[in-house]
Amino acid sequence: MGAARTTPRRPVSRDIDEQTDIGEVYMRSLVRNQLRLSVAVLGAFVLSWCSIPLLFAIVPGLRGSRVLGLPLSWLLLGVIVYPVITAVAWWYVKAAERTEQDFSDLVERR
Amino acid sequence: MSPEAVVNPTTGTVAVLLVSVATIAIGSIGLRLSRTTSDFYVASRAVSAPWNASAIGGEYLSAASFLGVAGLVLAGGVDMLWFPVGYTAGYLVLLVLVAAPLRRSGAYTLPDFAQSRLVSWEVRLVSSVLVVGIGWLYLLPQLQGAGLALRTVTGLSPAVGAVLVAVVVVVNVLAGGMRSITFVQAFQYWLKATAIALPVVFLLVAWSSDGGPDPSAHGLPTARTAVTTELTHPVTVRAPAPATFDVRGVVDGAAVDGPITLEKGESVQLAEGTVVHLPAGTVVPHAAPVSASVGEEWSAPLSGAGGRAHPLYATYSLILALFFGTMGLPHVLVRFYTNPDGRAARRTTAVVIGLLGIFYLFPPIYGALGRIYAPDLLLTGRTDTVVLALPSRLVPGPLGDLLSSLLVAGAFAAFLSTASGLVVSVAGVLSQDLMRRHWLGPPPARRDQGRSVHTFRIATVVAVVVPLMLSLLTTRVGLADTVGLAFALAASTFCPLLVLGIWWRGLTAAGAIAGLLAGGISASAAVTATMLAGPFGGWTGALLAQPAAWTVPLAVLTMVCVSLLTRARVPAQTGRLMIRLHTPEGVEVDRGRT
Repeated sequence: MGAARTTPRRPVSRDIDEQTDIGEVYMRSLVRNQLRLSVAVLGAFVLSWCSIPLLFAIVPGLRGSRVLGLPLSWLLLGVIVYPVITAVAWWYVKAAERTEQDFSDLVERR
Repeated sequence: MSPEAVVNPTTGTVAVLLVSVATIAIGSIGLRLSRTTSDFYVASRAVSAPWNASAIGGEYLSAASFLGVAGLVLAGGVDMLWFPVGYTAGYLVLLVLVAAPLRRSGAYTLPDFAQSRLVSWEVRLVSSVLVVGIGWLYLLPQLQGAGLALRTVTGLSPAVGAVLVAVVVVVNVLAGGMRSITFVQAFQYWLKATAIALPVVFLLVAWSSDGGPDPSAHGLPTARTAVTTELTHPVTVRAPAPATFDVRGVVDGAAVDGPITLEKGESVQLAEGTVVHLPAGTVVPHAAPVSASVGEEWSAPLSGAGGRAHPLYATYSLILALFFGTMGLPHVLVRFYTNPDGRAARRTTAVVIGLLGIFYLFPPIYGALGRIYAPDLLLTGRTDTVVLALPSRLVPGPLGDLLSSLLVAGAFAAFLSTASGLVVSVAGVLSQDLMRRHWLGPPPARRDQGRSVHTFRIATVVAVVVPLMLSLLTTRVGLADTVGLAFALAASTFCPLLVLGIWWRGLTAAGAIAGLLAGGISASAAVTATMLAGPFGGWTGALLAQPAAWTVPLAVLTMVCVSLLTRARVPAQTGRLMIRLHTPEGVEVDRGRT
């Protein structure tokens, strides 16, 4: 990578296109970054929301608890979950686009 | 004497006809615009993002969402909320794992993706068979639900509703294919969202002027007012508490016309056509297999309310199936090719998640109100009709009729849109892969369009007739339950194929086939056993009714292990394909053939 930066005769996109070793390095790093982002987003969501049944299983006292007159479980699973999923989705879209923008800037630089 | 009319038959019928006519009319607008094969399948990929998001939402919100979720909540309580949460979160999983790369792959259908990724027509064939299988499994409850809804409205035999939906879907798909479907589906999302949301306002006003009774503090489900109902199929009911009520018909094989008394825990069989009159204050006997639960159980998670065994296992297995099954549903995937590029595919998906979230706020409200105002549905076992039954019970007069008709229209829109989307994808695969190929060789070139469209039309009819026959033959399993099984099958097959295919270079054709077969066979065995011989009790029942927790890991493991064993046969152009799947469109590189 250092060599590519000191002799910028052609954009890296050519290397990717010709599947040279350096092109492969860039491609693998893009795929790895995107996958890391996806796994992080999914992991955070699944761990936080899917621990809800486990929490209710471990702490039976929570099962009947109420917030604002509504049972906690109904509030979480019937209402709050939807804005949360939407926010996570939108954040991910922005983050993935940022990753791609960085990649485009990097490989098209001459 | 007729069963208690839940919907005014005249306005209800008008609503059904209006939705059917509007669907075909809007669809025919697309007819003039779609003339080539690619138009027919995927609207030439020229559908704008808001339209596309509404269309995806419209297609996805099926009878299971519109009617089934409320019915499940009525019978099973808060644990059932995982169904709508899973239906929505499935799109999040799809968004972060497959949306953009899948669009960039440029494939039309799942088998297209499988073939271009693994360069193997055998993988394509296995995928095609699975698409058709999952599609039919998902069409089944749509057609049965349509029959159920039409019976609720008109008293006609359920077969008539199923046939009506089948005919409208065929006419619609034949008229314009996907292009028309896009317009139709977008219209249907907004119709369904309005139809489910608007009546809630009136229902909640009526509920609060009734003193706002708490569904969770109500003891056992009890008839609030006297209610008369006619059984449309034989049921075995069990009384959770002593109950005395009037019966006219056949009880345990003997003709009865008068009051009967059931002791606590006693069960009797009521024949089809039997009329039951529950006086106000009667604790409602429950139709098997649903068992009664007191309010505190019903509103608390993991209580096993409704008689579901091993609630913690069942909840997690359901979560797995719904989260990871969405991406493998054939009608969901075909929509992604209508986005102009990978970036648009992501943005559209995020909008879809928002639209689904709005919709799913409402069905559980019907389920909860149903526990107070329509507990007799637990006696007939027809909890799936609770959404349609509530307005006439809470809002008397013409306004109630109007709201009921709006809900009937929404329910019909739900059957039509999901069924149309499924039929387009199943027919696409049938015509491209299973009807036009030499079974032991590679498929012929795809681009002879005249013949292709002709084959598609024949395939459309086949795609509808088979599940229609099945729906008339099989007994009814709960709407959302059958749909859950389709999700489990999709999660056990296409989810590993897509995720590994997109993110792992090491996937081989042999590994993919082995994994698809392992997941497909084990999940379908569980599905078949549950539908034909179930429901079973204890752990066997839980493992078979919610198979995803063991079939998905089995499929993933098989796919990975066999791929590692056949490492030498990783397709040569995998590197080029990774470039195509993952580089943003702005970067100028050769993406291989499109």
